[in-house]
Amino acid sequence: MGRLIAGRMVRLVATLLLVTFVTFMATSLLPGDPVNALIPIEAQQDREFVEQVREEWGFNDPLLVRYGRWLGDAVRGDLGDSYVTGRPIIDEITPRLPVTGELMVVTVLLGILIGVPLGLVSGYREGSRADKAVSAVAQFGLSIPNFVLGLVLIYVFAIKLRWLPATGWTRISDSVTGNLKSVAMPAIALAVAEVAVYLRVLRSDIISTLKENYILSARAKGLKDRFILFRHALRPSSLTLTTLIGLNIAGLITGTIVIEQLFAIPGLGRRLFSAVFQRDYMMVQGLTVLLAAAYVIINATVDFIYIAIDPRIRRRA
Amino acid sequence: MADPTGLRSLQEDGQASALARSPAPFRVRVGRSLWNAFREMPWPTRACASWLVLIVTVAIFADWIPGLQDPNYQGFLFGKSKTLDPPSMEHWLGTDNVSRDILARVVHGARTSLIFAGGVLLCGLVFGGLLGSAAGFLRGRFEAVVMFYVDVSLAFPALVFFLFAITMLNTRGLGIMTVAVALLIIAPYTRIARANSLSVSDREFVTAARAIGTSRPRILVREIIPNVYPTLVAYSLIVAAVLVILEATLSFLGIGVPIPRASWGGDINMARRDIAINVWPMIPPILALVATILSVNVVSDWLRSNAASRSSAL
Repeated sequence: MGRLIAGRMVRLVATLLLVTFVTFMATSLLPGDPVNALIPIEAQQDREFVEQVREEWGFNDPLLVRYGRWLGDAVRGDLGDSYVTGRPIIDEITPRLPVTGELMVVTVLLGILIGVPLGLVSGYREGSRADKAVSAVAQFGLSIPNFVLGLVLIYVFAIKLRWLPATGWTRISDSVTGNLKSVAMPAIALAVAEVAVYLRVLRSDIISTLKENYILSARAKGLKDRFILFRHALRPSSLTLTTLIGLNIAGLITGTIVIEQLFAIPGLGRRLFSAVFQRDYMMVQGLTVLLAAAYVIINATVDFIYIAIDPRIRRRA
Repeated sequence: MADPTGLRSLQEDGQASALARSPAPFRVRVGRSLWNAFREMPWPTRACASWLVLIVTVAIFADWIPGLQDPNYQGFLFGKSKTLDPPSMEHWLGTDNVSRDILARVVHGARTSLIFAGGVLLCGLVFGGLLGSAAGFLRGRFEAVVMFYVDVSLAFPALVFFLFAITMLNTRGLGIMTVAVALLIIAPYTRIARANSLSVSDREFVTAARAIGTSRPRILVREIIPNVYPTLVAYSLIVAAVLVILEATLSFLGIGVPIPRASWGGDINMARRDIAINVWPMIPPILALVATILSVNVVSDWLRSNAASRSSAL
């Protein structure tokens, strides 16, 4: 197993290097002189001044040198300064991390809490009316884009019923109920698709697990159905689900960007958006690298967990 | 027996992707008429298939439907209609906040969606399919280079990559959107094609072709590629649903197709500003969007489960 993990680690580091390299190169090579974003238009005529700024910011060094320097800084947490606000990028990102993080955690928790019981029931009662109803609802859940769901929620709960705020964010340190109110709609808008995916996967796994011989022998021993379901069937069936949840957490990065924009939540995604509209290259670059790295690392972690929990893979390694 | 779907080799990668869960591929028998398949469907699936046919037809002929040719025609500029009109004989679905006909917007929005999804799928099928088939059959350095590309593009979350691309290129529009997303979608296609091609390459008929001295390019074209494509076509339906959602999402966020152009997502965003006053203009594009995604999902589920039982006899 050690060798397997070591191999994966090497691959992880290689992918991270690649991602940073591609992002850096794309930022540096594409048209548009970053100097223009740094100094006002009037000053751009002044050749000497422009040259001085270029030298100061190190735009004149060879690309590879600049990549090395940038990567070295990035590893130590210095992603450069925003072209627009002039503040260090990392300082703008840190207070936003817990917001996006909370949104993702609540979404996944909702997905598990609702998806797993539904999946268990509809897998156990395959073909029953309840199973068909659950499957139909899941099909719908998968077909509604999260922003549409968010809009419907806003219309019903914020505009018609006035129960929840349509936009904005209350930090948990300011008010726990306020925080719950601000996370509720965005998390539900994101969680519906998760619930649908989790329950579908668990359902089909439970169905195939229940056809195994050891389930038959457990039944023959006279064990209760419920005992078999939870002790014999759930564990082997949850392997795929675990992996899937991990992969979906990585996929949620995209979802949170959309939902943060819709609900005006001050998270990473919203900052990325404002940076895109302000043409703040450094900020876009920094956030792209950060989010892509998070994506790669989460996916790799899922791989590790999979190796750790699946006895078959462990043994083969 | 070799693994015809290539799914096993995907799993051995340790990558239990959503794909690894999709059942056996179906063989598209073009000779067997689509009409028969249509008649075998239960009625909800048939309704979904009909909706898809309708949407695609309407999208293709959008410019020739009488009364709906111009989605940007603003009647109130000429004293013809008001803004936010309710449905009437003249405007079947009413007008939006700048007095454009909502039905015309929905019809032309379908066209935007179709162009985007079709373009991206075509790129995925052609480039991804060929690269992957060749990589799995030829192996060696070529495969290494191809898989390098796949690894890099799979390392970026789609929306993050897209935002990065439009910022750096400093341009928006249907074209750049299609190209950027196509660049990403090629990766999973290549991966599936390679996995399939690897397992097809082990089959007896390939060995037989080798034994009688068939050249490698000829084997690739005559034996490998025809056996790789059915899975890719099946996969395309799943991707199509994702692409329709993606186009709507990007346009909704204001980073997809630029404003006057009709797009379901863009129109939903326009209508969102008046959500507290008049919610109606938002409803037709939302219904069209959800119905289309739902239909694609339902039809692709039906095709897969039915094809699985049919091709098991092979």
